[in-house]
Amino acid sequence: MTAPGKRLAVVGNGMISVSLLDQLVRLESRWRISVFGDEPHPAYDRIGLSQVLAGDRAADDLPLRDRDWYASHGVELHTGCRVLALDAERCRLATARGDVDFDACVLATGSLPFVPPIPGAGLDGVLGFRTIEDVDAMLERARTGRSAVVIGGGLLGLEAARGLLARGMQVTVVHLVDRLMERQLDDGAAGLVREELERMGLRVLLPASTRRIEGEGRVEAVVLDGGAVLPADLVVICAGIKPNVALAAAAGLDVGRGVRVDDRMATSAPAVHAIGECAEHDGVTYGLVPPLHEQAAVLASQLAGDGAATFRPLATAARLKVAGIDVFAGGRTTPEAGDQEVLLRDDGGGVYKKLVLRDDALVGVALVGDLGPMAAVSDALTRGGRVRDRLALLGVGAAVGPPPGADLADDAVVCGCNGVTRAAIVAAIGAEGGCTTRECVARRTRASSSCGSCAPVVDGLLQLAGMGRAAAPDAPDVCTCVPLPRAALRERVLGLGLRSVSEVLERLGDGVGCHRCRPALSYYLDVWWCGEHREEPASRHVNDRVHANIQRDGTFSVVPRIRGGVTSPAELRRIADVAERYQVGAVKITGGQRIDLLGVRKEDLPAVWTELGMPSGHAYTKAVRTVKSCVGTDWCRYGVGDSTDLAVRLESALEGLYTPHKLKLGVTGCPRNCAEVTVKDLGIVAVVGGWELYVAGAAGMTVRKGDLLCTVATPEQALEEAAIAVQHYREQAEYLERMYHFVPRVGIEAFRAATVDATAGARRGLLERFRRSRDNARDPWRSVPASDPSRFRAPLALAEEPAP
Amino acid sequence: MRVAVPLDDVRPGEGRLLVAGRRRVALFLTTGGPRAIDATCPHAGGPLQDGIVSGARVTCPLHLRRVDLDTGEVDDCAERVRCYPARVAGGHVVLDL
Repeated sequence: MTAPGKRLAVVGNGMISVSLLDQLVRLESRWRISVFGDEPHPAYDRIGLSQVLAGDRAADDLPLRDRDWYASHGVELHTGCRVLALDAERCRLATARGDVDFDACVLATGSLPFVPPIPGAGLDGVLGFRTIEDVDAMLERARTGRSAVVIGGGLLGLEAARGLLARGMQVTVVHLVDRLMERQLDDGAAGLVREELERMGLRVLLPASTRRIEGEGRVEAVVLDGGAVLPADLVVICAGIKPNVALAAAAGLDVGRGVRVDDRMATSAPAVHAIGECAEHDGVTYGLVPPLHEQAAVLASQLAGDGAATFRPLATAARLKVAGIDVFAGGRTTPEAGDQEVLLRDDGGGVYKKLVLRDDALVGVALVGDLGPMAAVSDALTRGGRVRDRLALLGVGAAVGPPPGADLADDAVVCGCNGVTRAAIVAAIGAEGGCTTRECVARRTRASSSCGSCAPVVDGLLQLAGMGRAAAPDAPDVCTCVPLPRAALRERVLGLGLRSVSEVLERLGDGVGCHRCRPALSYYLDVWWCGEHREEPASRHVNDRVHANIQRDGTFSVVPRIRGGVTSPAELRRIADVAERYQVGAVKITGGQRIDLLGVRKEDLPAVWTELGMPSGHAYTKAVRTVKSCVGTDWCRYGVGDSTDLAVRLESALEGLYTPHKLKLGVTGCPRNCAEVTVKDLGIVAVVGGWELYVAGAAGMTVRKGDLLCTVATPEQALEEAAIAVQHYREQAEYLERMYHFVPRVGIEAFRAATVDATAGARRGLLERFRRSRDNARDPWRSVPASDPSRFRAPLALAEEPAP
Repeated sequence: MRVAVPLDDVRPGEGRLLVAGRRRVALFLTTGGPRAIDATCPHAGGPLQDGIVSGARVTCPLHLRRVDLDTGEVDDCAERVRCYPARVAGGHVVLDL
């Protein structure tokens, strides 16, 4: 069918024109294509205009294709170029920039707002709602004006009203008929929508017809039949659309309401085709997008494919999103004699679901408030055929069902706005497409990027592919470099056996990462693999590469571990010797009962550690830091529990474990609390007959008294509860989330339920993973420098003129 | 001046500080090849050779300002760091300082 080098002229540059171009490009057609649009910009997403008006989306986000796209596909684009006349016999267009000959011509001229013959409709400030320019003009008025009247309570009118309401105007909708969206909604659904809109502050007048629009030059008021006067700084007329057929009519083509076409989108003139809102097929013109994409596909097949496709109109449904209200409707929602009706209605909850069936086949649907069943219902409506389980179709009794989209056919259109099928989305998610998020799918296929109503289905398809997005819709992604929530990432990391940060970034991220996510991933891999991950120092902060804390002058501080804060004369002597030998800048007792040697040069670190002969105190990293203690029963006359012994045992049990953020602990021998443990991440207080465990205390940027987690009888029980609490925190908190943020976030009751009061099996699991991590922990001051001394080399001194 | 640093003296992904007279230069082996910049962060003097390298950027370890290794541009900072031409030849990184 392809005609090499022949000229195809496309009149109109809207969404359906682009849809046709897409298909022609895909079919590798050899047409030389020219596109004429009378708007000054390349094609844009007209459906998105409502969101721009409401301020939910930026206007510069609307373009469907930029000029480079046209150029790179060899399509000549003429913007701001109106086609003045069509000569169908001579195959010639007269344009504002001269005549153009063609071998085939496509009319995709769309539609124009229908402006009823209301006196005053020509006043300044009376607008349609069709183009970017209309939206700009409305926004301009909204800045200075107070009141707006929208004439027309159909889909477009309500979108306009909602947008103006969001822009701070007082908005009245005037509608001729006694219910809103009467072509799509039955009484029940329309009533619910009206209630919701009025609750949002919209005024709805119906049935009401406009007698005239008044004003001196510019609009001032709308006068209704009956005489009511509505002050108005802006009037938007959304009284429907009329196909733009002027060009075709003047050319003598067969024109009814639209340009008449056959099943192959051919007009009465041999070389001229028509698609989109301007076309009339079998007495019907279409305004909703899905059948129009279908028309584009049929014509592409005629022009460049095997020509087998023909246009078969399908029942379709529309979705309207007005602020918080979800509405989805299609087919006949008011039953006729012989129809059956399934109705589910929750007035208080703002939910209304109705199916209309004829001979067991779905012929109409109205959903308000809960669009969960939308994908399945839409598919059933489009395909026809017998509906087996009507209640299940409405989502009744299917609380735990498959994700949305699971039972759609491959060629089912998921995104009606952009004509994207399930198969196209699955391809974008698959191994070659590589998408793991809805945003990625939207970029690749445009699915969910316009009205957004198919987002749940896209999420469902992602979930089916194991991306898990829908499982935790509110969880934030780990990073823009790794666009997955943490729980989904964990599943994939463990499932794919990824043990290093670079593997994770390559398989599930952007391949590069950043200084925020790479340390976070380093931590997560450590805890998820219980220490059996592959460490990559290049993804760690320098502190974690050299196991010391970098100071403002680039030197490092060294804090050896002194468990429980209990030391000895010999240890102190060694520390003093090292401090002198390496001429450290300062020696400081820390708040956690440790000794800090400040100002050590990087190249001296391994020797300092060796000579100290003490384990790392981990003061440089997000890990178990210190267990502070008082002298307890050994010496103190008030002590009721041996706090120093328990502190040393607790620190020995936990040391070497990395945690989401630093973890500071304390054990104190009596409620006088000399070790200040109630402001620690985890603190233990000896009381008569036992020990109290506190979590999530803070005495830093914020001050917070810890929450009492539990009271136990013996030190052994205290150690076990502490291990379980710490492991739960390690597994469940976000990286860089302190205990005192994590516990209030989940609630102490939930924390307790997941630790102290967890099932025996869950507690065993936590303890087992805790022990595995602990067994795999190595003292970095002993193991790392020996295996890799090159990291600690002194700066490389360069001579003036070394030989290359 | 032209200098040559043996490749073995630099760890891929981790910077190395070079000292030439009063000049301190941070040398990196990135996935895109060797890069050399002045080692002192213009924000507060942080040691850039100790930063995390992601793609063509290094993040200063002190206050997490990012420095572009190709242009020397620094986050939230009008001042740039100097960049030096660097290439690999014969087992060495050759630098024009």
